[in-house]
Amino acid sequence: MNKVTKTLRVNGEDHEVFFAPHKTLLEVLREDMDLTGTKHGCELGECGTCTVLMDGEPVLSCLVLGLESDGVEITTVEGLADENGPHPLQHQFAELGAAQCGYCTPGFLLTAKSLLDREPAPDRQRIRKELAGNLCRCTGYHQIYQAVEQAAEELRHG
Amino acid sequence: MDNDKRKPEYRYIGKAFRKVDGLSKATGATRYADDLSLPRMLHCKLLRSDVAYANIVSIDTREAEAMPGVKAVLTGEELPIAFGILPVSQDEHALCHDKVRFIGDPVAAVAAIDEDTAFEAIKRIRVEYEPLEPVFDPAVAMENRVPPLHDYGDDGNVHKRVSMEFGDVPAALEEADEVLEDIVFFEGNTHLPLEQHATLAWYEPDGRMTIWSSTQTPHYLHKAASKVLGLPPSRLRIVACPNGGGFGGKSDPFNHEIAVAKLAMKTNRPVKIALTREEVFYCHRGRHPVLMRSKMGVKKDGSITGMHFECLLDGGAYGSYGVASTYYTGALQTVTYKVPSYRFDGVRTFTNKPPCGPKRGHGTVQPRFALEIQMDKAAHKLGIDPAQLRLDNLQPANSVTANWLRIGTIGLRKCIEKVVEASGWNERYGKLPRGRGLGLACSSYITGAGLPIYWNSMPHTGVQLKLDRGGGVTAFCGATDIGQGSDTVLASCVAEVLGIDIMDVRVCVADTDLTPVDLGSYSSRVTLMMGNAAIQAAERAKELLTKAAAAKLEVPGSRLVFAENRVFDAEDPEKHMSFAQAIVFAEAKFGTIGTVGSYRPPSMPGRYRGAGVGPTPTYSYSACVLELQADEETGMIDVDKIWIAHDIGQAINRNLAIGQVEGGVYMGLGEALMEEMSYRPKRFGVHKVPSILEYKTPTTMEMPDVETFLIEDPDPEGPFGAKEVGQGPLLPVIPAVANGVFDALGVRVDRCPITPELVLKALASPDKRSGPTKYPDLRVTDEHTMRVKTPDEGGDGDAEGEWASKKTKMERAKS
Amino acid sequence: MMRLPPFTYTAPATPEEVVHVLKEEGPGASIVAGGTDLYPNMKRRQVEPKTLVSLRRVQGLKGIQKDSDGNVRIGPGATLRDLERNSEFAATLPALWTAVESISTPLLRNMGTIGGNLCLDTRCFYVNQNYEWRRAINHCLKCSGDTCWTAPGSSICWAVNSSDCVPVMMALDARYRLLGPDGVREVSAAEMYDVTDGREWLRRKPGELMTDILIPNQGNARSVYLKLRRRGTFDFPVLGVAARIEEDGGVISKANLILNAVGPAPIRCKEAEAALVGQKLSDETIAAAVAVAPKGAKPLDNTDYMPSWRKKMVSVYTRRALESLRA
Repeated sequence: MNKVTKTLRVNGEDHEVFFAPHKTLLEVLREDMDLTGTKHGCELGECGTCTVLMDGEPVLSCLVLGLESDGVEITTVEGLADENGPHPLQHQFAELGAAQCGYCTPGFLLTAKSLLDREPAPDRQRIRKELAGNLCRCTGYHQIYQAVEQAAEELRHG
Repeated sequence: MDNDKRKPEYRYIGKAFRKVDGLSKATGATRYADDLSLPRMLHCKLLRSDVAYANIVSIDTREAEAMPGVKAVLTGEELPIAFGILPVSQDEHALCHDKVRFIGDPVAAVAAIDEDTAFEAIKRIRVEYEPLEPVFDPAVAMENRVPPLHDYGDDGNVHKRVSMEFGDVPAALEEADEVLEDIVFFEGNTHLPLEQHATLAWYEPDGRMTIWSSTQTPHYLHKAASKVLGLPPSRLRIVACPNGGGFGGKSDPFNHEIAVAKLAMKTNRPVKIALTREEVFYCHRGRHPVLMRSKMGVKKDGSITGMHFECLLDGGAYGSYGVASTYYTGALQTVTYKVPSYRFDGVRTFTNKPPCGPKRGHGTVQPRFALEIQMDKAAHKLGIDPAQLRLDNLQPANSVTANWLRIGTIGLRKCIEKVVEASGWNERYGKLPRGRGLGLACSSYITGAGLPIYWNSMPHTGVQLKLDRGGGVTAFCGATDIGQGSDTVLASCVAEVLGIDIMDVRVCVADTDLTPVDLGSYSSRVTLMMGNAAIQAAERAKELLTKAAAAKLEVPGSRLVFAENRVFDAEDPEKHMSFAQAIVFAEAKFGTIGTVGSYRPPSMPGRYRGAGVGPTPTYSYSACVLELQADEETGMIDVDKIWIAHDIGQAINRNLAIGQVEGGVYMGLGEALMEEMSYRPKRFGVHKVPSILEYKTPTTMEMPDVETFLIEDPDPEGPFGAKEVGQGPLLPVIPAVANGVFDALGVRVDRCPITPELVLKALASPDKRSGPTKYPDLRVTDEHTMRVKTPDEGGDGDAEGEWASKKTKMERAKS
Repeated sequence: MMRLPPFTYTAPATPEEVVHVLKEEGPGASIVAGGTDLYPNMKRRQVEPKTLVSLRRVQGLKGIQKDSDGNVRIGPGATLRDLERNSEFAATLPALWTAVESISTPLLRNMGTIGGNLCLDTRCFYVNQNYEWRRAINHCLKCSGDTCWTAPGSSICWAVNSSDCVPVMMALDARYRLLGPDGVREVSAAEMYDVTDGREWLRRKPGELMTDILIPNQGNARSVYLKLRRRGTFDFPVLGVAARIEEDGGVISKANLILNAVGPAPIRCKEAEAALVGQKLSDETIAAAVAVAPKGAKPLDNTDYMPSWRKKMVSVYTRRALESLRA
């Protein structure tokens, strides 16, 4: 199978990437771009661990073809922090214990970012519903909710 | 609490602060095993058995070997040495060489240039099997079947048989006003860490092997891999990467870890394997399915006269921790409520299913389920409030149980009082509208196993500190962070003692070349043991620094205070120096500054065979009340609210401690309501659905609000008084659901998980109960039974008669 | 890591080109829209299409429009999230909105399309498994074997139609417009799923592309969708009940009652519908309908939950669905 070259825009930068055409975005990110911050837990769309943003919407990178990942803005966990430091969500996840083993964390962060970009002040029930595609086996979810709520607060009031 | 026991003011201990690796995890910077790669790295896939039980007649690997991109194919012949976590159960092979024992048992391994090629190659390996009759039911397995899965064990497919009696249980049941007898079944379930196991191995040109792996027990992997690969431990380095969740599921040395190492040796290239989710189900080592029968005698006033607990464990295909699991299933029935006499009969069998082992609460979750349901039933039979019955029966502090477990502090009374008060139990229990219910249960767990897996007199853990002239301290310890936060606990203990900023402590962990041995992240042992070792190492460093600083500042060492990265005179704080300066002076005086600390649990009073399982430096306690809605038409249960109190002694980090409680509650709720490992005996013994979609776990939509209370009375055995918190809080949740269903609908579900089907079945049955009704004959004879006098009977901790140890026999003969 | 098998990829720009490519490539080609159903099946090697015909570039397959008569046209390429977030859609077709919003997870709904859900492959515990697992049972009727392990001895495949939207489309009397090698045709949802075998879950002809979903003006009809599953997210239905009634002067003039996920195809409860028509929606009427509703339902041991319990739930959920339709 001949590899293809595509320009993927990831975390605000264009990357020429050379990869096998049957690879998913998850595989391209991790194996061809060394962006291992995106994790995998099933590769079948059943756990939410591999979530990334495409044009701001959270999607499962295990079910997106690398071939179909051009022409959109891809955000991975590596792209959440900026020159001012970690994103408020990252800061709050770290601060409040929302990342225990940390393996589901990138997926939760990206889903939560998309939510807060859309709705600056979601209540607990909205957060539960929007995070309902991400599984966590460590926390029981509460510290994750708290981190999202605190980050929302921080984002609203600066 | 007494005033003279008032807690000291800590800078970190007990506070909520960011864990030391918090931002690494929240930015994707943490490197888990599958995130690692090396130049020229090959990818490995395992061919797994597609039959449940068979002799391997032949394996033809030629076609696979001939494929372009395939660099090596490995079969069991090349790895003939057996291994296993317990010395008494060395029954696994990296690749099966004589027979396969369950669907998923690995048979061959391929190393290829990429995973696609490896996947295609394993499909081209031809294995000829000679089928054997599989056995899936432990009761059937107990019959002497030929050929048994293994050629060791107690009898045929009986892996382990335990029978022990402490005191005169028949007499105790005789004197009871009521004897409750319950048969209860707890289905097996699994850890399901989100990270699938992964391992990278590299055999360096100079003859040193390094294995990076998602393991909770690098020390035991070191032992097993060294043995099987024939490499001296000094040439083999195990690095446990941060685990993406473990919960006990990464505590055994695994086939794939050894297979990739062998392939690395064969190919002279780094080799990596990352398991698929399906394969993680085959690794398993999760909760044993256990069928239990419990008889408990109670007096009218609610006091327990004696208990006879029996169980049959379905062990799956290999030993794993099974011998320990069997003992644990009987060990902790005595540590919450006073049980003057106690008998335990347990049998673990081999069956042709993935092996069971330790999952959060190892061995004690199933019997706790049975006991707490039985306590609830006893309360109703006697007309005593279930919370009150428990309070009336509490095991006293600083006591020894009938089975010779030494209890130190016990915060269970406070735990019960707390959840009773917070939930409005007294006002609401038994009074809610039909369909709505409250359930209460309690539990206890060990804070670290009292004995190591390989019995010896060495420490269970060690911490080394290296003090840098610049003021930084590196803490080396073999402990593995599996998400529980052990790196943070290590740094906290050191920072607290030395009075420095926690971020000035660099932790270096879980690396058998660089760090002193820690036995592993299991049995809730790390905080207590590593914490005590860290404090000892830090105190020793502080002593050296104190001597040097005292000389320099010309004040008595006893007056020096270490705080805020400074060393100063308590009476004249102007006399001070920075922590870094203190190191410089100490280094000038004593040479390079490095100190060590280690920890070994205190000796235990029990001396009988099996007394090694159950003891611990200190037990944690939990109590839980939950409120639920049970739909009478569908049987579906919604848990709305959980109150949980946990006797933690002293939280090291409040956020992390609460996170452990909430995580344990979550996992318990999953087990209570939905999680189960199920197989299809009539369909060749396949796992029903080894997927993360169909192995049901609670999502954000099922997880109710949890109100957590940490009961903090420092325990003298723990670092700063800390007890465990990683496992205990899971235990009471499961029986609390069962008891809550009774309050809501008046039915008993004596089976876990408590599914809607079972609730409806109970509603429809004349005795308003669903669950097992038959208990198999375990064929326990007097000859099998070890008898031990209880402390109250004036026993000496060892068994009577022939079962006693030689030493005891000699002692007894003398006196 | 579970990986896709190799394939040739093509992304035509128009529906006509899609149909053309499908014709050229023959049965080895597969349409892919969101990929949330197809890719997992490919990774498990249940299907290994030689060519993937992606709808990514095709214009005009998205969107939702209401015409002046109140009829609604939905582009099958609309993502489930697009529909979920469309408040007019939610107000106009609440039962369909409920079904859409209940599918899998927010993440998957960002990717999956309504057309994909309407064409969802049937599911079964014996087929939605990795290649290695299926080899252990020597494969099954639906995928390169000769036994239906759900019902050994059966000549048909009992894989389950697990779509949430399918029963609602039937209840709403929706029609699909398909473009094929022979031109455009329209088919009712009921006809589309008029099948008996889990291997052929759609009456979509080879080479056809769904281009429009047409839902007639619902007037004053009331409709509902109830879904039974273990958890509040992720899970496919193990029972779906879609019901719709029209009333005339308090008397039911038309009733649609559809069950799904209890057999290879959705089940129209004709006897129950007949029991409703001409009656007021009283407890007695509902009881009469509920008494006959479960007749066609055949829950078997190839989904979550026990079949006997699911069968009982058909009555409970049907009753609850009908009760919720009271004005």
